[in-house]
Amino acid sequence: MDILITGILLGGTYALIAMGLNLQYGVARIMNLANGEILVAGGYFAFIAYTSTQLSPILTIFLVAPLAFALNWLIYRVMLQPLVNRAKNRGQLETDSILATFGLSFIGVGLMLSFFGGDYFSYSFMAVPVELLGSTYGANRVLSFVMAVLMCGALYVWLNWSRAGLSIRAIATAPASARLVGIDVKHLSALAFALGGAVTAVGGALISTYLTLDASTGVVFTLKALIIVIMGGVGDVRGTIVAALLLGILETVVASLLDPGLTLAAAYVMFLGILLFRPQGLFGKKPT
Amino acid sequence: MSLTGTDIRNLFLAALALTICALLPLGDNGYWLGLGVTIAMFTALATSWALFSGPTHYISLATAAFFGVGTYVTGLGIDNLPFWSLVGLAGLIGAILAALVGLATLRLSGVYFVIFTLGLAELVRQVITWVQNNTGQKGLYVLTDLDEAGIYWWLLGLCAIVFLAGWLIGRSRLGFALRIIGDDETVAAHSGINTARAKVLLFMVPGAVAAMTGAILAPRYVYIEPSLAFAPILSFQVVIMALLGGASRLWGPLVGVIPFTFLLEAVSSNFPNQTTLVIGVAFLVIVYLLPGGFVGLLNKIMHRINTRERF
Repeated sequence: MDILITGILLGGTYALIAMGLNLQYGVARIMNLANGEILVAGGYFAFIAYTSTQLSPILTIFLVAPLAFALNWLIYRVMLQPLVNRAKNRGQLETDSILATFGLSFIGVGLMLSFFGGDYFSYSFMAVPVELLGSTYGANRVLSFVMAVLMCGALYVWLNWSRAGLSIRAIATAPASARLVGIDVKHLSALAFALGGAVTAVGGALISTYLTLDASTGVVFTLKALIIVIMGGVGDVRGTIVAALLLGILETVVASLLDPGLTLAAAYVMFLGILLFRPQGLFGKKPT
Repeated sequence: MSLTGTDIRNLFLAALALTICALLPLGDNGYWLGLGVTIAMFTALATSWALFSGPTHYISLATAAFFGVGTYVTGLGIDNLPFWSLVGLAGLIGAILAALVGLATLRLSGVYFVIFTLGLAELVRQVITWVQNNTGQKGLYVLTDLDEAGIYWWLLGLCAIVFLAGWLIGRSRLGFALRIIGDDETVAAHSGINTARAKVLLFMVPGAVAAMTGAILAPRYVYIEPSLAFAPILSFQVVIMALLGGASRLWGPLVGVIPFTFLLEAVSSNFPNQTTLVIGVAFLVIVYLLPGGFVGLLNKIMHRINTRERF
């Protein structure tokens, strides 16, 4: 039972990170492989803010979000927009954006390595036990989960009931047709990309309260987020959340019953299953 | 198969170049031979990588996984089997592994393939580490009488096979089918090409070559452990070298391998902490400045000269 709850707590934060990636891939059509580095950068920010000024990570995220938003908006406008403009078809954009974001990812790792060194970083924030259904869990995990749920909820509401959210969903479904009904695709794509980056960075700040990170762990989170997005279906909020929770539970089960070193292998087995049997995602419809 | 005069001339020139390369260990046995081994290794890896990724545009990051499997084949079998059979065995296992990966992912779009291969080395590494932890075994010692010059000649032989294979594939029905798939997959499917089968078949080539390269290089490491054998950075280096040179020609990757090996060598000996940064910048250079690699640049220059002459 406590394995299940730990898994769900972990999955909540995964859901937030994967939502960030889903916005970037589903709407802006950029497979952002530097996503994990944005996450680690968010974690570093929270770490520095907490160790130098005792600023609570819960407040830090209100600083992290606009900063990450601005940075990602800039990245999209300066580096990725030209690729979108020059691409002749979807495949070429995919290849170009994969290579470009790989470059950004390595540059991110390189910069963080030279600024902060290669050491693991962690800090003790709210490391007190709380009791849930008879077992105890770290308060930081529970708090991160609650924050993640609140933010996923806010995103869900915004995407489903606001005008901008409606336009963004329109772009995700049919980018070419969205232009015809007067949606500013360029502007909203940049917005969605930046928002996705902000969400991911916030996820990083939250995850740093209870996981140990270092400059080069980003790629692991990128992989997990990618697996969740594909499993949940591109552009599908509900699927992303379910997939994230499933991955969180699976990882916790494998880590506590088998070996903590096999978590990524477990995620991979799940990914393989999805590729073989439901490549369109958990709730996706079969393409005709 | 009929050979034209140009073909025979090219084959002759290639054989001549190979002979000259093979003479390197006679001249130097230290720094330059070490560099020669690195260049030969990346030439085999990058050229075979481009054989698959050039026509199909799929970016494979599985090199490190196949390479690591190859080193483990040598590491596990060196006490019982002769070296040459281990290289062959590694190639066979690499090809089978590549076929399995290809069957799972190549029916789908390129993104799935990239993601899957990205984590493949890490997946195999975790499994091997887990097995080692459970059996109490740590690393493997590979002790042979194969010296640096021997490894160099083995790799050179492998390079020759890769180039020959690439040349033959380019002339075959499979190569023709792949060029059509690369241009337009829908057209290829409609003209009766089994696109998934062609892609899987071709993906087996880099899989086998990377595993064989790993098997050949295992004696150089002496001591093998998972984090060394499956270093993911290898996959990225191969991608950069192949694309920097240009994946559209058989000799393209070679043009990228040589300068990038020297660059990495210089950077890692002077600023050892900045290699990741250099790799990152190299990716951006490829995307923004050299989309077709050096080959593309050369084509552009030739085109400009030709059009100028016409006027």
